[in-house]
Amino acid sequence: MAVPLSYYLALSVALFALGVIGVIIRRNAIVIFMSIEMMLNAVNLAFIGFADYFKAVDGQMFVFFVLTVAAAEVAVGLALIVAIFRNRGSIYVDDLNILRW
Amino acid sequence: MQILFFILAAVALISGGLVVFQRHPLRSALWLIVNFFAIAGIYLLAHAEFIAAIQVIVYAGAIMVLFLFVIMLLNLRQPEESPAIPYIGQKFLGAVLAGFTALIMIYAYHRASLPAGREVLPGLGNTESIARSLFTDYLLPFEVTSVLLLVAIVGAVVLAKSKLK
Repeated sequence: MAVPLSYYLALSVALFALGVIGVIIRRNAIVIFMSIEMMLNAVNLAFIGFADYFKAVDGQMFVFFVLTVAAAEVAVGLALIVAIFRNRGSIYVDDLNILRW
Repeated sequence: MQILFFILAAVALISGGLVVFQRHPLRSALWLIVNFFAIAGIYLLAHAEFIAAIQVIVYAGAIMVLFLFVIMLLNLRQPEESPAIPYIGQKFLGAVLAGFTALIMIYAYHRASLPAGREVLPGLGNTESIARSLFTDYLLPFEVTSVLLLVAIVGAVVLAKSKLK
């Protein structure tokens, strides 16, 4: 018995909302980054659910490209976090107010 | 099959909650790996075997190793201390915003009318049909992706190189 589309979408919404909560209430830049990864995963899950529903491979192609972009984003983002930690000695986002005047 | 979906969904939600509400970044990262494995299991249930495999290899393997490496490199062993200002209002607003996002998505789903799903699977296997699609319809995005990865490699090396001048 196949899983209905609405179950995939419900799980996707729940994971996305968890990711939003993580981005907003956490102060550690790395944990915020992990929450963003979780939101990307939630979107991927919706794509896979639709791909299964329509029996088309295009949804899976989009997941493939999202995965690639996520890998590139993590490499650059973690390099940025390391650079910020070297310069400022902290990765808590409320210590990083150099853009404020 | 639905039982399996519910078990995996429960694992994904619980581990996702632990990622967000765990005070220790290292524990958050380890729970995120559990979350990725549960989602890979759900991909398997949705007949996306190739995507499940690269989810485990790329996400749970490569990306999380990078996260753990940076967490240990920055020596963040102590848990996150409480901030000087408690940010109660912001936390409340954050929870409200997340709930609002979820409500909008549920509302959009109820408003949308979906065409009926097709019954027939294409005759090819999952990996084979992805490969065929990748090298015909999606050839240009595939090539652009390789340029994106090259840019990311160069950017990461430049950013992580000794001192920023």
